[in-house]
Amino acid sequence: MTKKNFEITVDRKLCKACGICVAFCPVSVFSRDHDDKAVVTCPAKCTGCRQCELLCPDYCVRVEEIVHE
Amino acid sequence: MDAIHRKYLRMDKLPHIWCPGCGNGIIMGSFIRAIDRLGYDQDSVAAVSGIGCSGRITGYMDFNTLHTTHGRALAFATGLKMAKPGLKVFVFMGDGDATAIGGNHLIHACRRNIDMTAIIFNNHIYGMTGGQYSPTTPRDAYATTAPYGTMDPHFDIAKLCVGAGASYVARGTSYHAKMLTDLIVEGAEHKGFSVIEIITHCPVNFGRRNELETPVDMLLWQKDHALRMAKAAKMTDDELKDRFVIGRIHRADIPEYVEEYDRLIEMVRKGDTDRG
Ligand SMILES: Cc1ncc(C[n+]2csc(CCOP(=O)(O)OP(=O)(O)O)c2C)c(N)n1
Ligand code: SF4
Ligand code: SF4
Ligand code: SF4
Repeated sequence: MTKKNFEITVDRKLCKACGICVAFCPVSVFSRDHDDKAVVTCPAKCTGCRQCELLCPDYCVRVEEIVHE
Repeated sequence: MDAIHRKYLRMDKLPHIWCPGCGNGIIMGSFIRAIDRLGYDQDSVAAVSGIGCSGRITGYMDFNTLHTTHGRALAFATGLKMAKPGLKVFVFMGDGDATAIGGNHLIHACRRNIDMTAIIFNNHIYGMTGGQYSPTTPRDAYATTAPYGTMDPHFDIAKLCVGAGASYVARGTSYHAKMLTDLIVEGAEHKGFSVIEIITHCPVNFGRRNELETPVDMLLWQKDHALRMAKAAKMTDDELKDRFVIGRIHRADIPEYVEEYDRLIEMVRKGDTDRG
């Protein structure tokens, strides 16, 4: 079985820089930029657990599976 | 934002006013996922709230919504349910809203066992007004009105509601967001008065004063202190100190208020009022 790939996006306009997604992603997909907002730095590591989506209080993280034809 | 947010939230009201990392946003996410799973039509749902940061939730969700007065959400909700029993009623309250000014309404709603789901955001503090202690502030915790630590022992909301007669009581957290959705679904499907106490976090007015500086610290605290029922059952009182149980705590099958009321009306109409 090949590893699933995910596209993760952060809506920077809505992000309040709380750090929750950064801290609770089990595989450290996110880091923080100069404003402490979340940025996606290692998307390849994503397992699709969706913890970031569930815990973002401002609903700015989206995780979508990349489907290869 | 996902399709689910666009469906159930009033997009023109976002971003919400809650502080960075506040648990209220996580809870609102868990709630709309519960409604989605329950398959309720939005027009059949009524969301009623009191006053407080938590009470703002009704402004953001696209249901029949009623933002009432401090401590009185259950009274409004009771009237609503009696007048329109077909509505699925959810009542949102803070710990101060539900157990201080609204404590009397809470115990009597429990006792009546009216079919609705009360969702109590227990962040252990008055968030909106700047961090005064509430009936659930843990003993010795700091608050603006307790600069040397709170003296009063705190209420255990779940226990209080079981004692007052609620027929479904559960406790979740803002950290266990998936479990919270499951508990809301179970509470909503239960016929009678359901209480979901949510241990949540107010980083600004509780955390900062109590050595939990960030929203992340507060969520980690929940993760470390919450215990599932099965695990707690195997632990000693000493090991359970400072921990709290999550999951379904109580469920009973007892007569529901609106049905009992209808039965009474029917009886009186038939002239069949002799109880002897
Ligand atoms: C009758 C009345 N008394 C007092 C207030 C002031 N007040 C507004 S919110 C609040 C308490 C908020 O704490 P809580 O209910 O725990 O909700 P939170 O803000 O933490 O979600 C108080 C005392 C009010 N609005 N109305
Ligand atoms: S889905 Fe899971 S693994 Fe992927 S970014 Fe979110 S938290 Fe990390
Ligand atoms: S959890 Fe949401 S608001 Fe918080 S840093 Fe991540 S994207 Fe931003
Ligand atoms: S004051 Fe506390 S409860 Fe209110 S929005 Fe801010 S963090 Fe949330």
